[in-house]
Amino acid sequence: MWRDAAAVLRRDLAIEAKSRVGLWQVLPFAIFVVVLFAFALGPSRSILQQAAPGLFWLGVLLSSILLVLRSAGIEAAPGLADAQRLLGVDPAGLFLGKAAAIAVQLVVLEVILTGGVIALLGYRASCPGLAVAAALLATWGLAVVGTLYGALSGGARGRETLLPMLVVPVLAPVLLAAVKSWQAAVSGPWSSSTTWLVVLGAFAVIYSAVGVMVFGQLRETM
Amino acid sequence: MAALPPPLEAAPAVVLRDVVALAGRFPVLAGASCTVADGEVVAVLGGNGAGKTSLLRTIAGLVPVVAGQAEVLGVALRDGAAPPLGSVGLLGHHPGLFEELSAKANLAFVARIARVDRREVDAVLARVGLEGRVADTALETLSAGQRRRAGLAALLLRRPRLWLLDEPHASFDAAGRRLVDGLVAEAAGAGAAVLLTSHDAAEAASLADVVLTMRGGQVVERALGTRGRGGSDVA
Repeated sequence: MWRDAAAVLRRDLAIEAKSRVGLWQVLPFAIFVVVLFAFALGPSRSILQQAAPGLFWLGVLLSSILLVLRSAGIEAAPGLADAQRLLGVDPAGLFLGKAAAIAVQLVVLEVILTGGVIALLGYRASCPGLAVAAALLATWGLAVVGTLYGALSGGARGRETLLPMLVVPVLAPVLLAAVKSWQAAVSGPWSSSTTWLVVLGAFAVIYSAVGVMVFGQLRETM
Repeated sequence: MAALPPPLEAAPAVVLRDVVALAGRFPVLAGASCTVADGEVVAVLGGNGAGKTSLLRTIAGLVPVVAGQAEVLGVALRDGAAPPLGSVGLLGHHPGLFEELSAKANLAFVARIARVDRREVDAVLARVGLEGRVADTALETLSAGQRRRAGLAALLLRRPRLWLLDEPHASFDAAGRRLVDGLVAEAAGAGAAVLLTSHDAAEAASLADVVLTMRGGQVVERALGTRGRGGSDVA
């Protein structure tokens, strides 16, 4: 499983390195989301600082949907699903590899976007370790849920519109917990952040386990 | 290359008896029967919609069998069972590779999954005529024939026990067609079972030990091919 996951991760990142969809389409989209929502809130520095975690994670969440669509689209080319199945790619490895590829791209996007919210919105974390831990857990949660629902909607007509409708409500806890953790990272109380980190961790673990167990079945029935 | 006689004691690689297979609710096979022994080449002829591609996909375990007996490489294809992983190679109308990646990168992925030595990738690509810059160019920018050569290379790399080739000569020039014929003979000579479809009766007969004709999801005629016998005695 792990060996296949590593092969799939490497393959999906190689495809992204060739196509650069993430760099030229998803990243600018994330920046537009944050900047446009910031415009809507007005020029007040204090309001923007308060809203920065929410704007950041909203941008990340919406961008993750684009990355998931792209990731699922790679597998949807004619003849590929049959070929992968006959090749003997471990379904759990495929799930973990695809989720890891999305997570890696999200981390890169988040690093760049973090620079943006620090420079433009004045976000300052007094406990950066907390913000980083929350970001890593939230990123993995977004990636595993996205990969799972990407496969679920893969064979459906209108996949591009169905996926956001399915996945956004499921990801609401991740958005909420990540925003709360980032707010706590600014001024505390840090004790309250523990609960949100536990929520993010539990979410990531549960959906990882579900994905490993059902991904193969899901792809066969789609 | 001389064909190896099928082993006398071993069960055939493929045994289908009165198989009914459904794609959704549509019966794509309606009582199809055939056998393919190890080292044997069987060609399937038939018009569009006769069930040739469905026969290959059913044998590969990609279309569920709902009635009849289907045994592939010792596995009965009922209740979701499929042939042993990695033992069946199917070359369909699409090469089943990632268009954004080069032939070399695609085959490197196949080698990693199939646990094949990656040093074999270059040799296999050279064998199908994809060398130098062509091997490093994204498949989406190559011709249809070159993409099919990449698909063939992926099959060669894996060395499956059962080769399923859906119109393997399609998109190929004369050299490509000779390449396909050579690879089929090589695979069968090495003991693999080969089942291929074709629209060209003469070509199929010269390539195969047995030629089947399909109509309406059934095998309606069985004739001998001329592979390895140098004659043209198709019944």
